[in-house]
Amino acid sequence: MKIIVTGCGKIGTTLLASLTAEGHDVTALDNDAELISTLTDSYDIMGVCGNAVDCDTLEEAGVRGSDLFVAVTGSDELNMLSCFLAKRLGALHTVARIRNPEYSGKSLSFMRQQLDITLPVNPEKLAAQELFNTLKFPSNMKVETFSRRNFLMIELKLKEDSPLCGIPLSSLRNKFRANFLICAVQRGDTIHIPRGDFELHGGDKIALTANPGELHKLLKSMGLLKKQARDIMILGGSKTAFYLAQMLLSTGSSVTIIDKDKAICHELSNTLPGVMVIHGDGAHEQLLVDEGLRSQDAFVALTGNDEQNILLSFYAASEQVEKVLAKVNRVELATIAEQMGLSNIFSLRQMVSNVIVKYVRALENSSGSNNIETLYKLMDGRIEALEFKVDERSDVTEIPLKELPIKKDILLTGILRNRKPIIPNGDDMIVPGDRVIVLAAGHRLQSLTDILR
Amino acid sequence: MNRKMVFYTTGQILLLNALLLMLPLVVSFLYADGCWLPFLLTALISAALGGVLQLTCKPVSNDYYAKEGFVITALAWLTLSLVGALPFFLSRQIPSYVDAFFETVSGFTTTGASILTDVEAMSKSLLFWRSFTHWVGGMGILVLLVAVLPTVSGRTIHVLRAEMPGPTMGKLRPRLSDTAKILYLIYVVMTVIEIILLLFGGMPLFDSIVHSFGSAGTGGFGIKADSIAGYSNYCQWVITVFMFLFGVNFNLYFMLLIGRFRPALKSDELRAYVGIALTAMLLISVNIYPMYHNLADTLRLSAFQVSSIMTTTGYSTVNFDAWPDFSRTILIILMFIGASAGSTGGGLKVSRVVLLLRTVRREFQHMLHPRSIGSVKFEGKPVENATLVSVSTYFGLYMAIFALMLLLVSLEPDFDFTSNFSAVAACFNNIGPGLGLVGPALSYTNYSDFSKLVLSFGMLLGRLELYPILFLLNPSTWTKK
Repeated sequence: MKIIVTGCGKIGTTLLASLTAEGHDVTALDNDAELISTLTDSYDIMGVCGNAVDCDTLEEAGVRGSDLFVAVTGSDELNMLSCFLAKRLGALHTVARIRNPEYSGKSLSFMRQQLDITLPVNPEKLAAQELFNTLKFPSNMKVETFSRRNFLMIELKLKEDSPLCGIPLSSLRNKFRANFLICAVQRGDTIHIPRGDFELHGGDKIALTANPGELHKLLKSMGLLKKQARDIMILGGSKTAFYLAQMLLSTGSSVTIIDKDKAICHELSNTLPGVMVIHGDGAHEQLLVDEGLRSQDAFVALTGNDEQNILLSFYAASEQVEKVLAKVNRVELATIAEQMGLSNIFSLRQMVSNVIVKYVRALENSSGSNNIETLYKLMDGRIEALEFKVDERSDVTEIPLKELPIKKDILLTGILRNRKPIIPNGDDMIVPGDRVIVLAAGHRLQSLTDILR
Repeated sequence: MNRKMVFYTTGQILLLNALLLMLPLVVSFLYADGCWLPFLLTALISAALGGVLQLTCKPVSNDYYAKEGFVITALAWLTLSLVGALPFFLSRQIPSYVDAFFETVSGFTTTGASILTDVEAMSKSLLFWRSFTHWVGGMGILVLLVAVLPTVSGRTIHVLRAEMPGPTMGKLRPRLSDTAKILYLIYVVMTVIEIILLLFGGMPLFDSIVHSFGSAGTGGFGIKADSIAGYSNYCQWVITVFMFLFGVNFNLYFMLLIGRFRPALKSDELRAYVGIALTAMLLISVNIYPMYHNLADTLRLSAFQVSSIMTTTGYSTVNFDAWPDFSRTILIILMFIGASAGSTGGGLKVSRVVLLLRTVRREFQHMLHPRSIGSVKFEGKPVENATLVSVSTYFGLYMAIFALMLLLVSLEPDFDFTSNFSAVAACFNNIGPGLGLVGPALSYTNYSDFSKLVLSFGMLLGRLELYPILFLLNPSTWTKK
């Protein structure tokens, strides 16, 4: 597909990298010439330097006949305007980053309709949703939902004394009397798609699928599920913090937000009446303790500074706060922090990039029979979990799974039939109408039949 | 440095070269000129060498940067010239390997400087190979490689940047391999059109193909002792026009193809290119009119020679060494200006000359008004200071290397200053024939082996725009990890 990305900041660059890796024809548009030349040196893309709301520049970037125009500059208005122009000049679809909370609800849907924007993306809201999921589930765990919440996939790091360790996977289901599947294991630097005889060790990072009820049962018998987080402290009054607080308030949690900018504090207390807003510098540990850090169930570091987020998260963890979440945008820092033991790290740009790549894949497959519904990257993006909708018969349907010649490093982790989730074994088969969740390491799947050798 | 990547890519180039050698092999069978064995042997050697490099140097990582780009380009061209010289040497039609190397470098770099004294005595397949090297070298062997192979890394652009002439390189399409394919497509189509037009003019098929290769790559190897002079006026005009067209930036053709006529025709470089050519043609016409007393002949001769020298082709329809000094000097100046960036021609490139002159204008203004802020514009956009600095540096380095080579060549006992100066200028700028003892009617054969090697390196330096060869020869490129 021909894709134009304008605004090559953090999100734009991550997006460029993912889209070129997917094999699309990508053109980058930005008004910073130096940035453009660095990008064209590193990725196989065309660079155009100029203003994204200048028709000549848009024409030069080849907007006529392009399949998708993505505007992710720092300004909502610029994004909307350039998407509008691009659409009028001939782009088929447009994606705009719109993040100002004031452009939400009715005004957003009105503008979206009038300006013909195919997909508005709000990175902060996406992040807030993700953080919310994590807060409501056990610690040391990342949670992703498939098939409209019928399947959950969690990623967790095993402790040395975990009851899962030292038993072949094939006997695990019986031991816990729960229906679940361990679909990927990261040990050291290598990724395994495990078979029945695989044994887990302490320190392994595993990905596990189950339906919500079974997952609950399993986590309980593993002794991981404790009370839900109710008292939550958020550091940094960013837009993500605003959305997150809004969601938490609606479930009855008590939220404290700390920010050092007085104006931001005033605004937050105006828009979120139920929240305790503290004006102060969160970098001073004493302030955190004074405001009751030790009695909190969760601590979320959302300042604009990666290093500060990491350090204060370590501090909060040392003060026995049960759940610690940090926003870290730089990939290198995230890796280091993860190695040192911080398990819940979020990167805004990776999330946005995932959403748009998923959208691009959906666009690409919209004419095909097998649609990709959800895409989720796990284990640092080395494994992809995809959800396909099976519309009609093909080479993979109505054959027991154990007889299907499936490629190495690919696993069918779940089937959803008539709204009922099935964790498949060798005798199950795929029938038309199913939704199928597939896990792939090192393969790029475009349709369900790609899983066959 | 990612050495394995460098040698691996060189291996790929050698395999590609083995494939390219099949063409002259076929020609050899068609004309039954008995030269098939040297071509077959060379192809086998090339394939074997390439295969060994491919097997032993499988790269661990695909990463490479500007440095690898430069070194790959330089090494590929050097290896290609060394191997490409074998058919001449093995067939014993050029008995000295240094001579054969000179001839092949001259071919690939699209120079067209020859050591042959009797070109008409050569076998057809060898003549074909000589001109075919022009065609391949004109657009670039690595561009060809990128066009036929899937891109392994987003950084492949560094190789193309090192091979494509001009101060900056613009992509035509987001994907590099698509860009390379489009460039070769335009190139092939234009070459075929020229061949057809020449056939209409009654030129034999073999001659049409060979001369089209020579003008497409702006090379200039002829197959007749008097170059193009023996062909009809129509053929001479066709070649004049096509040489000129191949000296235009290929990006402009792409813009025309996708219907962006306005910016293509308004291009600063195109206007300067046409302007310089017309002015030179007019001045020479006035200057040589007394020699011919015929307006049509005068225009044809001067247009052909200006087009041939400015695009750095080097065909001739007349012994221009016999022209007055004024005309000869204009031709020498045109040698240095050269063709457009992004074309198949050599020289400094019109865009660099324009940028240099505009920088000079800004500097003058700055001297008179030290607080003034002036910007240099090119193709409607302000040019960044870094680009201007690199153009000025390039010009300085160009002149310094020219002076050094002139000094080395002046060691020759039997040559005068005019001959040496024009020989170095003609090789460095990839033209071919010079003045005096290396004039269009004579050849480089009387130079010593040492001078021939100096001039060969001059041709490579000129074609690859200095830096790749300099980095290849710099020991620290190889000693540092």
